[in-house]
Amino acid sequence: MPPAPRPGSAPGQRTRAGAGTALGLGFATLYMSIIVLLPLSAIVWKAHQAGWSGFWADVTTPEAWSTMKLTILLSIAVALTNIVMGTLIAWVLVRDSFPGKRVMDVLIDLPFALPTIVAGLVLLTLYGPTSPIHVTLAYTRPGVFVALLFVTLPFCVRTVQPVLIELDRDMEEAAASLGASRITIFRRIVLPNLMPAILAGGALSFARALSEYGSTVLISGNIPFKTQVASVHIFNQIENDNVTGAAAVATVLLGVSLIVLLAIGVIQRWSVRR
Amino acid sequence: MAIDVSHIDKRFGDFVALDDVTVEIADGSLTALLGPSGGGKSTLLRVIAGLEQPDSGTVTINGNDATKLPPQRRNVGFVFQHYAAFKHMSVFRNVAFGLEIRKRPKREIKQRVQELLELVHLEAFADRLPSQLSGGQRQRMALARALAVQPNVLLLDEPFGALDAQVRKELRVWLRRLHDEVHVTTVFVTHDQEEAMDVADEIVVMAGGRIEQIGSPDELYERPANDFVMSFLGPVTRLNGRLVRPHDLELLASAAPGAVEASVVRVVRLGFEVRVELLVNGSDVWVQVTRDSSERLELHSGSTVYVRASETAIRPAVPSIATPAASG
Amino acid sequence: MVGAAVTTKTKWALRLVALLYLALLLIVPVGLIFWRTFQHGFSPFWHSITTHEALHALRVTLEVAITATVLNTVFGITASLLIVRHAFPGKRLLNALIDLPLAVSPVVAGLALILIYGRLTPIGGWLGHQGVNVIFALPGMVIATVFVSLPLVVRELVPVLEEIGTEQEQAAWTLGASAPQTFRRITLPAIRWALAYGIVLALARSLGEFGAVAVVSGKVVGQTQTLTLYVEQQYQNFDKTGAYAVSVMLAMIAIVTLIAMTLFRPKER
Repeated sequence: MPPAPRPGSAPGQRTRAGAGTALGLGFATLYMSIIVLLPLSAIVWKAHQAGWSGFWADVTTPEAWSTMKLTILLSIAVALTNIVMGTLIAWVLVRDSFPGKRVMDVLIDLPFALPTIVAGLVLLTLYGPTSPIHVTLAYTRPGVFVALLFVTLPFCVRTVQPVLIELDRDMEEAAASLGASRITIFRRIVLPNLMPAILAGGALSFARALSEYGSTVLISGNIPFKTQVASVHIFNQIENDNVTGAAAVATVLLGVSLIVLLAIGVIQRWSVRR
Repeated sequence: MAIDVSHIDKRFGDFVALDDVTVEIADGSLTALLGPSGGGKSTLLRVIAGLEQPDSGTVTINGNDATKLPPQRRNVGFVFQHYAAFKHMSVFRNVAFGLEIRKRPKREIKQRVQELLELVHLEAFADRLPSQLSGGQRQRMALARALAVQPNVLLLDEPFGALDAQVRKELRVWLRRLHDEVHVTTVFVTHDQEEAMDVADEIVVMAGGRIEQIGSPDELYERPANDFVMSFLGPVTRLNGRLVRPHDLELLASAAPGAVEASVVRVVRLGFEVRVELLVNGSDVWVQVTRDSSERLELHSGSTVYVRASETAIRPAVPSIATPAASG
Repeated sequence: MVGAAVTTKTKWALRLVALLYLALLLIVPVGLIFWRTFQHGFSPFWHSITTHEALHALRVTLEVAITATVLNTVFGITASLLIVRHAFPGKRLLNALIDLPLAVSPVVAGLALILIYGRLTPIGGWLGHQGVNVIFALPGMVIATVFVSLPLVVRELVPVLEEIGTEQEQAAWTLGASAPQTFRRITLPAIRWALAYGIVLALARSLGEFGAVAVVSGKVVGQTQTLTLYVEQQYQNFDKTGAYAVSVMLAMIAIVTLIAMTLFRPKER
């Protein structure tokens, strides 16, 4: 016998609030269309206005090509750094205790709340031309990398932390009682359980780094072939009235973002099944 | 009739929740909808309340066709298994909710809520939040809330299902007394046959979306319509392929007309009664006897006895050779 | 004993690495900008954030952010109720599309809006004839801000609506409450903390939006310049004091946001 549907499940209500549902659905559809769907379709349409070859020509100009390569490589580096540092910070926040931990826990979210242009400026005070510690990262690739690390800091911490809190300590104690060393316990017991969260955090960091603009605009100095990331490149193309070129690179960014979004969905479903 | 349900069908996708269900519920009665989970009893209750729309069929409440009425306009009281307490409101405001919606004067609301809280013995808890009450208290609050609007009928969906055994027994005695005081037509869903037999005037047995039998607790117990009802309402065993209650079997020391030979597998003493497990023609049968007769027959494992159904044994009206589950 | 010693050492090492990373990336830079801003006292800061231009930028920022947040709140409530409480064709699609803005670069969002609502496009041209300018004007900035903060309210409401279930609402129906009454008296109070959390997130994101607004606003000083655009302009005009002062003001807003987030955080209710 199939399980009885949960009382109050959606099928029972479809007939009930017909008019209200239709009104709400109409509003939501219109809203999404005006704000998200129509504009994003316009980008894809614009990029292909001159046909496939036009699109290809636009994304393979030396400047566009180098900016995309740089952006993707930087994003991968950012995701990997976050996977290590984010997991480490989450571990310290959950398993360690020291004065000031609570404040640190709250501060982790600051990059989410801080406007990106301010984030860039904040980093320039320490790593800019007037650096009090004489480390000048302004207008260099490491500078852009640090800016991206700043804005993506919370992702891995905040995906790994709740899983680590929920993780059953009994498993680790059982493994220890079976003679496993601490490294073995971490590698064989803890890490596999954290993996979906770590990967999801890494994917989120990657997507964010790929699309970041505000924090990099001041620190990168906008030097083509050296520090110019994709969003900055698109912005310049718009200002130079090369909208088609901007749309072409934007389409590539959109495509990669969609793939990452799908990957995150797959990771989430995988972790739910486990 | 207070409630008249006629030829109701309801599907959820491929799952048939109600299959041509017809039932009448008498004015002022206390009726149990009894059956295994997934049998359609909760869905039927929700159809009566208007929380589910039937695919076909009609629901009449106090002589008015309510089939197309939304739940707001049926004037039914509904009590949920998990209380559905309005968590952000005090006990008083929970009970007052329906009256406030009906825009009754403040003084009347206050007086009525006070009366109801006394009725459910929660007058001391009026200012508490539901989270500060025990499960049994929350359920009594939910009952007072449903009664506040003076409903035509009171519907309770597994009202004691989430409570522990002791509270459950107390509350069902209390519900019976409350009904005798208030006299509102009441229908409650349960999967516990003891609860249904204890509280209800009338029991509707449901399984697989169909009604198996309707009757008083005595009628159902003594004249079960089929194997399913018989096995759902009390202990059964099977002798020569027919269902019989274990206490309706006689054990004899020597062969007699109608009796078959059996060997004793195990004798289990459960206080006053004794459970005797037998092997009859290669199949398991169990018999419930008193301690006296067990001692008189000198039963022990390995001994041989003769077993037959007593003359007054209860049999289902429609015997079947199928297993009970398949009859639903 | 040996094992315990190693554990303590590892623990200290991990703690040190984590704190060092956070200090160099987050705490020291943020502290430094506060110090730089206030090293000569409070009055230069006050002077910088009360110039005519800065105050105008503040007003534009508030107008855009509040309008966008109101819109996203109405949409967020509608969409989350649709997703959780109703069945309709295309539900999974709506659910997936709502997350899309989080993965789109703000610059790309701005470009997308220019391509639809710009003066030379059919829709933008028609709107211009009606006297409504979208791009290089407030409506475009509002739409851009709505775009980047669109998922935030919905994503907070959906899990809470799922968790509270439908029983309380159904109980209210059987007690005679209409759908609007049920929403106002039962559903809204039950989701109020999650809603507050979502609104705080959306407002913070809206106040701080830079890229998308930079593209669609045209950065017209004294007209479409928001606080974040003002910060960029002052920095590039070598007015570091002005840029730092407004940055610090925005950072203070961010810190207030953080405190509000801590108060409203789902797990601590």
